[in-house]
Amino acid sequence: MAASVALHLTPEDEAKLDGSWGEGMAMAMRIVVALARLSQAPRLIDVASAHIDGCLYHGQAGLDFAEKLVHLGATVAVPTTLNVSSLDLLHPGLVRLEAAEAGPARRLMDAYVALGARATWTCAPYQISSRPSCGTDIAWAESNAIVFANSVLGARTARYGDFMDIAAAITGRAPFIGLHVPANRVPTLEIDCSAIGAHVLATDAAWAALGFAVGRAAAEEVCILTGIDPAFVDEDRLKALGSTAASSGGVALFHVAGSTPEAVVAGVAWPVPGTRKVAITADALRAARDELTTAAGVGGQLDAVSLGTPHFSLTEFAKLAEVLDDGVPFDPGCQVWISTSRAVLAAAQEQGYAEVCEQAGARFVVDTCTYLVPILSESVRTAMTTSGKWAWYAPGNLGIDVVFGTLEECVASARAGKVVRDESAWE
Amino acid sequence: MSLPGSDTGEHDGHTAAADAPARVTGETLCVGAGSGEVLRLDEPLSLWGGTDLATGRIIDVHHPQHGISIAGRVLVMTASRGSSSSSSVLAEQIRAGVAPAAILLGTRDAILTLGAIAAAEVYQVRLPIVLMDAAEIAAVPASGPVDVRAEPGQATVSW
Repeated sequence: MAASVALHLTPEDEAKLDGSWGEGMAMAMRIVVALARLSQAPRLIDVASAHIDGCLYHGQAGLDFAEKLVHLGATVAVPTTLNVSSLDLLHPGLVRLEAAEAGPARRLMDAYVALGARATWTCAPYQISSRPSCGTDIAWAESNAIVFANSVLGARTARYGDFMDIAAAITGRAPFIGLHVPANRVPTLEIDCSAIGAHVLATDAAWAALGFAVGRAAAEEVCILTGIDPAFVDEDRLKALGSTAASSGGVALFHVAGSTPEAVVAGVAWPVPGTRKVAITADALRAARDELTTAAGVGGQLDAVSLGTPHFSLTEFAKLAEVLDDGVPFDPGCQVWISTSRAVLAAAQEQGYAEVCEQAGARFVVDTCTYLVPILSESVRTAMTTSGKWAWYAPGNLGIDVVFGTLEECVASARAGKVVRDESAWE
Repeated sequence: MSLPGSDTGEHDGHTAAADAPARVTGETLCVGAGSGEVLRLDEPLSLWGGTDLATGRIIDVHHPQHGISIAGRVLVMTASRGSSSSSSVLAEQIRAGVAPAAILLGTRDAILTLGAIAAAEVYQVRLPIVLMDAAEIAAVPASGPVDVRAEPGQATVSW
């Protein structure tokens, strides 16, 4: 089983590898070349930006790795954003990490900033300025950011993760493999959504449920969703779809006929005749909703609501502020958390949305996320969310029960202090 | 590639493995050498969320080998699974000395291999990772000590 593909390196690649550009560059280039050989890439390509997931603390090794790069004088060669960390630096004490973990977690954040990355601390880098354009090769980590960049922006990224993300940022290079290769971006599965009623697709949560079903149907295949009126499509909904599909399956690229950029360009050429086809119905969305719910049904006590996984956008803040505009507060026994980025929180404060949410009793988390680190009170047993990704991971990560529902259901439940369901939204 | 004599149902107590040291070869994904007792995973396992950082014990309660430790074992994984954070988990387990002695893979798993490459960069500790096809993996014994030598290009697994 000897490798059959020879990797071609340019003279500049070779120079980066042999230390002519410094020891930090050489270390990063060794990692890029190792991945290229491992994945049988024929050559490397330039990447225009990087998004780093390595800044979340998983132990001493990740910190030693980042600090070694700093020590060897490495810096990023392309604009680089940082994913969530293990701490909320704007709200000290909010994350209940012991000093033995909080110290190194903070040092890890500092190391990535020292390498030249922007202190964005968000899993939704696509919500902040300078987004990659359609057709641009990038090296992004974090499954929801990867699927959004590929699907909604039409940028091209393979699935990057810890160590490789920063190596690509420092070298500005990545192996020409996977979704960087145009031929690999053509859908091989059609998912017919025409049987889902228009009023079901009118809630954002339905798109998370749809994403769950898409992840199950597509696994790691590239799919195209057909039969969806472009009038229902927006970025918040595609964020919900993609992040959930990347959790329940390994989806890194989906297309929506008539809506997402590559599907619009392909027009009637996609799906290619003979493409395998499956259908998703409103029943499947209801089943997804129930599979994303671990808590016993309606009427049970609710201790918390968590919104903003992936990070809450400015438009999601606007929608929430509208629902909360009648001034009814949340039940004091139910804590409401909104995870977002510093940049979006600042904009929401400027627009007045943040104040409306706070008056109702909501609290904000930035730089990190409520499903990754201890933020919810230890007394919380049952939490509700609009996020398919949060519903998927929180029971295992936090040891709590979850109810997945629409924003309206979450708000009504937080006000009642118990789980409220509106079946009409799902039929 | 050299396969050991297949199980031909010879009389009891006299298998091909007893005749001569048996060996198979594979493709080196990560250079290194290590030996240990074989641990063949019955189902795919995500190191992140599925194993303990400090001990290497399998903590995924849904996994059939829950409770067993991967530390010091020659881990046989026919399929990949899990988060890209598993790179960091493997690197941390290598640092802490609770990683497998070697990993034999059925798929070109970039996530695990990057963890071993990163640990080699930082700690100069080399965890051998070998890619093998189904027949090669099937030839590796289900238990007992195995020796893995992964050199640039080709790796040898012997017992």
